[in-house]
Amino acid sequence: MGNRVIIKKHSLAIRWFHWINFPILAIMIWSGLLIYWANDVYRLGWGNTTVLKFFPTSFYKALNIPFRLAEGMSLHFVFMWIFAINGLLYFLYLLFSKEYKLIFPHKKALKEAGQVILHDLHIKRGLPPQKKYNAAQRIAYTGVIFLGIGALLTGFAIYKPVQLYWLCALLGGYEWARAEHFIITILFTLFFLVHIIQVLLAGWNNFRGMVTGFEVKKTNDIEIPNPNNLLPEP
Amino acid sequence: MPLKEETISKATLTRKTVIAFACFFLFLGACIFSWKWLHRQPAEAGALKPLRKVLNFNEKLFSNLVSDRHLAKTFPLPAAAPRVRVNGDAGLGGAVDTANYKLQVVRKPGDTLFIGMNEIKALPKTELVFDFKCIEGWSQVTHWGGVSFREFAKKYNLDWQVHQKYTGLQTPDKGYYVGIDNQSMLHPQTMLCYEMNGKPLPLNQGFPLRLIIPVKYGIKHLKRIGTIFFSNDKPRDYWFERGYDYFSGL
Repeated sequence: MGNRVIIKKHSLAIRWFHWINFPILAIMIWSGLLIYWANDVYRLGWGNTTVLKFFPTSFYKALNIPFRLAEGMSLHFVFMWIFAINGLLYFLYLLFSKEYKLIFPHKKALKEAGQVILHDLHIKRGLPPQKKYNAAQRIAYTGVIFLGIGALLTGFAIYKPVQLYWLCALLGGYEWARAEHFIITILFTLFFLVHIIQVLLAGWNNFRGMVTGFEVKKTNDIEIPNPNNLLPEP
Repeated sequence: MPLKEETISKATLTRKTVIAFACFFLFLGACIFSWKWLHRQPAEAGALKPLRKVLNFNEKLFSNLVSDRHLAKTFPLPAAAPRVRVNGDAGLGGAVDTANYKLQVVRKPGDTLFIGMNEIKALPKTELVFDFKCIEGWSQVTHWGGVSFREFAKKYNLDWQVHQKYTGLQTPDKGYYVGIDNQSMLHPQTMLCYEMNGKPLPLNQGFPLRLIIPVKYGIKHLKRIGTIFFSNDKPRDYWFERGYDYFSGL
């Protein structure tokens, strides 16, 4: 039999948004590091005990970060526009194409996400039925949209704290907004790490989907069900 | 909105996959090429030229926001730090002749006002407690006293001068110099400052007279003002020449 059934998973727009965001976010995090070095005050710890300093000297040295504040700022305040515009278009696309229905968590998302995690950790067998994304993915991908919104808001608050004083005040003031911006970056990085691991584990068919837009349906595979038939439309 | 399915031949599948991946690698290649191209561009005042252009665009965009209604947040007096952070001494090399110190204001080439500290202190005094922000990323609530630059300009009839685009300031030894757009110079919180925490400025804070301009990063708060001049072209700027944003507005 020479025919294959493909499942159209990611639209062309989604793939462009995704792959544009990848290098841009990398540049934002990199230039952010160059800026952060000039006042690297954050740490995990209490009192005089520091569990983890952001960041250890060896880390800066290995990546050649020190004394590049001006370069970091010039990159950050240029590429921020691409990050913002790409993110905004993505958000509008989700709304107008109704794709958000496949991404935003549904009612049982929390409970199901727990099942997904137990399954992924090989503790329990069986997955709840899903459409495009399972509940854990829905929560993660929606969370990362909020990270993007948060990065923009906290970023603009510390970029123009006098002109956008209301935004800065809303976020708890200048120093808080800077800390929040930093925490968001850490969360972005953690998301990225988990995302990479999951993509590696999910395999070629899934990764190819983000490039070609479709996955190839394996006819004798019960692990990848046809999302059309599984769930009755609400 | 269910995911659509389609049955295609194996050949079509291969063709679609190859085309998509060709585009994908082309895109990745274009990203890498653009990044390398960017870093091959000449620098303009320490920043890569394309980046500098966007920074100048940002300046145009955000200088429109500067207004009397957008004030830096002020704090009650007790919030001010007793020990004020000192971050730079460029331009503070030489000794100051306090007895004969005169602020020089160039009204036009060949026409310079010499203004003594007594005259400046005779002008209405304003005080300000605000969160001073360094471009490095730290900030500190500090207490300053002096004369509003707007008042100063009015008193010395600098009306025509401040209607030019920029004000330039430099230290007496010309070791440090800044250029500032006049919207920001005429912002109501901008002051020629001679007091910190209710006492005369310490030497390392720019005694006898410095600039306090809350709508800018600390790099623009020039210590020990020697000369003030006005221009429609951007006056030279110490940190701009070292790759930073000219505007540096908050």
